[in-house]
Amino acid sequence: MDQVMLKGNEAIGEAALRAGCRYYFGYPITPQSELMEYLARRLPEVGGTFLQAESELAAVNMVYGAAGAGGRAMTSSSGPGISLKQEGISFLASAELPCVIVNVMRGGPGLGTIQPSQGDYTQATRGGGHGDYRLPVLSPVSIQEMVDLVYNSFDMAEQYRTPVILLTDGVLGQMMEPVLLPEEITHEYMKPWITDGCQHRPRRLIKTLYLDSGELESHNLHLQAKFKRLSAKEVRFEGYHLEDAEVLIIAFGICARVGRTAVDHLREKGLRVGLFRPVTLWPFPSASLKEAAERVRHLVTVEMNAGQMLEDVRLALPGREIGFYGRMGGIVVSALEIEVEIMRIMGGNGG
Amino acid sequence: MIKPLLVRPKILTPVRFHYCPGCGHGVAHRLVAEVIDELGLREKTVGVASVGCSILIYNYLDLDIQEAAHGRAPAVATGIKRVLPDRFVFTYQGDGDLASIGLAEIVHAAGRGENFTVIFINNANYGMTGGQMAPTTLPGQKTTTSPKGRDVGQAGYPLKMAEILAVLDGPSYITRVAIHNPGAVIKAKKSIRKAFQCQKLGLGFSMVEILAACPTNWGMEPLTALQWLEKEMIKYYPLGVFKDTEMMAPSAAL
Ligand SMILES: Cc1ncc(C[n+]2csc(CCOP(=O)(O)OP(=O)(O)O)c2C)c(N)n1
Ligand code: SF4
Repeated sequence: MDQVMLKGNEAIGEAALRAGCRYYFGYPITPQSELMEYLARRLPEVGGTFLQAESELAAVNMVYGAAGAGGRAMTSSSGPGISLKQEGISFLASAELPCVIVNVMRGGPGLGTIQPSQGDYTQATRGGGHGDYRLPVLSPVSIQEMVDLVYNSFDMAEQYRTPVILLTDGVLGQMMEPVLLPEEITHEYMKPWITDGCQHRPRRLIKTLYLDSGELESHNLHLQAKFKRLSAKEVRFEGYHLEDAEVLIIAFGICARVGRTAVDHLREKGLRVGLFRPVTLWPFPSASLKEAAERVRHLVTVEMNAGQMLEDVRLALPGREIGFYGRMGGIVVSALEIEVEIMRIMGGNGG
Repeated sequence: MIKPLLVRPKILTPVRFHYCPGCGHGVAHRLVAEVIDELGLREKTVGVASVGCSILIYNYLDLDIQEAAHGRAPAVATGIKRVLPDRFVFTYQGDGDLASIGLAEIVHAAGRGENFTVIFINNANYGMTGGQMAPTTLPGQKTTTSPKGRDVGQAGYPLKMAEILAVLDGPSYITRVAIHNPGAVIKAKKSIRKAFQCQKLGLGFSMVEILAACPTNWGMEPLTALQWLEKEMIKYYPLGVFKDTEMMAPSAAL
């Protein structure tokens, strides 16, 4: 284990390398460029391939080719670039090719801002491209967790044969923290489906076209069964002071990190506040949230968007009243803002 | 012993093509199959199928094949070749795929000198979607989206892909051939063979543009279509070698 000081974007790069990723294809965009700059330097040192593609479309399709040929591949981008990658992501999902896609979110829609946001939650958790598919979406809260989740992402990608999204934001991407980097851990998965020249075996095809409707439906049902397996096995969340919470803040990523500070401050004032943080945004930890929310009087979702995760929270807690606090101009929510909001809720309801 | 004049290529699967009568794809598939057979490359080759009438190429060639999104075959081939530099990789693309939606991908793969081979079927229209205008549709040529004939004042001029890519430094071999008569077909096969040999020598990007007929969407009998190809298409798209760096290679003898 090495302890080093790393920027979030660089930490993702280093973790990917140590997780056995040897192929990176990407196109520059703020606030994720350090990730590709880091890999441009590091990948050749370990015999890997770094290639700056002509566009996000090309980058994600290079990942498609590399993954189909058996390589452990990754790409990264931010909002506008992720939108361009969606064509390829839909194809990757249908062809069941494993890879990791990092979205260091900035403010949108359109060009928006290069400041951090959480505006791509819905795009990420609902598949994002055309057709019926879902992808595992992991959301870190610290640079250390970024590193750990990168390892998990590659494993999950190969175990389930699916693209995995690491959804983070400009604050975590740009921030520096000391991290413990595990030695290289590369789990090897059997890949009896790759196309590498059909030596001593029948040919293989990697395809997404199903002209026969019955065949397409079977393929879709097969994908849906996989999503169900994923939903049952890969749900993750973190609770903070859930034991006696009277008010529950529900937040992910950077908002959860700020939310923790708010919880600490409010606890010092003697207010019983807790935090529920989904680590997997898809599958969403609905059952655990339901359990955590049972003894709680007030619920408030905090996000850097107009309430995208709020919809999942509502689905998990039908009939419950759920407050929302959000900022959406690339402005990072402050602990003080959350504290004021919680005190307003508690005060306003006689808490 | 009687020696057969023609044998079915081993890698051509024993199924009937779905192509229309007189379609160029069938001939082009066969030529690719013959070359791969003759060079003994079956077990070292990965093909990339594009979106267009030829998307089902994987039903016909007994090879490992990845299907790519519309236009993105050169990017997919780049990814494959970067992982497997010692395998033979080729894309098989139509003109809508290569010259329109996938223009950036083909230009940049050529510019990078990616060491794979592109088989580019130019039939001057979008076949699969029903004969719409392509970037390669001739001036004055009628299609479903240029019903009065391609008006260059409004729709612009066709793209001459072989010429465009030949000015780049990355490609090793760029040629344009046609498959309108037996002599031309034999020449086309030689070009495909040469393109694969350039890849074998590691010389970089190679492309064979093949002028081919689409009788159905041109609204012609197969024979008339071949005549139109010879008379009209070749006039606009001259045949020939536009780039060849093999002569300069250290071991040109193959
Ligand atoms: C993103 C996207 N846009 C449009 C289409 C529809 N489409 C399918 S094939 C095709 C054109 C194919 O023409 P060409 O490449 O010339 O090949 P041909 O069918 O003539 O062999 C189009 C536009 C698609 N499948 N995907
Ligand atoms: S539509 Fe044209 S390109 Fe397509 S199969 Fe028929 S003749 Fe060939």
